[in-house]
Amino acid sequence: MNVPAAWYLVVAALLFGVGAFGLLTRRSALIMFMCLELMLNAVNLTFVTFSRTMSDIAGQASVFFVMVVAAAEVTVGLGIVVAVFRRRSSTSVDDLTELKG
Amino acid sequence: MIATTYAIPDVVVFVTSTMLILVGALGVISLRNPVHAALSLIMTLFGVAVAFIAQSADFLAAVQIIVYAGAIVVLFLFVIMFLGVGYGAKSNVEPLVGQRGFALAGVVITVGGLIALMASSHWVTGASSVTGKLATGQGNVKQLGTAVFTTYLYAFEATSLLLVIAVVGAVLLARRERATTRETHDEVTT
Repeated sequence: MNVPAAWYLVVAALLFGVGAFGLLTRRSALIMFMCLELMLNAVNLTFVTFSRTMSDIAGQASVFFVMVVAAAEVTVGLGIVVAVFRRRSSTSVDDLTELKG
Repeated sequence: MIATTYAIPDVVVFVTSTMLILVGALGVISLRNPVHAALSLIMTLFGVAVAFIAQSADFLAAVQIIVYAGAIVVLFLFVIMFLGVGYGAKSNVEPLVGQRGFALAGVVITVGGLIALMASSHWVTGASSVTGKLATGQGNVKQLGTAVFTTYLYAFEATSLLLVIAVVGAVLLARRERATTRETHDEVTT
């Protein structure tokens, strides 16, 4: 018998937590994008686990679409990082303080 | 105890994928050099792919390696090389006092609550196999393809539109502005 779904769900929750912590504490925009990928992967893992538990393909189809959206998000996000770097010579999000009240 | 309940190969695969996932994730958030962080990200993505295969999502595991580890991480590395390997700001200086403590507390509460909920309730409810029983092995690709091109056809078409918009946006953002337009732009901003 395969290992229970709850084990994978716990791993996914931990992965999500690690990604969220990195997103909240790291300053480099690039690393923050990587942490975002970690969180998206945690959700994908949850989707696949529930897909197996329910014996239903819908979860895997959702993961497919999440991957497409993640690819689009990284493309645009890195484009923005490059555009910001050209003006600021820095990728640290602490330097972007124009909207500070 | 575990070995008597579950097949040993499954447990070994689970432990391996968990190690890959968590060690890679911790590497991403702790390594200073962005290139090392990107390589740790590949490790996590491989771990997730192993977990996918263990749960009979074969096609997604292949896509995970090809698209994520192959394309997205290469894009990351490309941008890192393009911008130069900066080691980032001094990570022991906190512009917001106690940011790390609050972040850690929030994450621990969220994940702890999630796991506590999971332990105390049934998460899997509702009818199973609504859109068809899950096939294993080679049937997975066919089944997923059928689902994407029939049930989720509109969503699939929408993703194609999304990708076109993303590519056009990325080209527009990365394009170097012409000298004349830049001058006028600078006047406006200054």
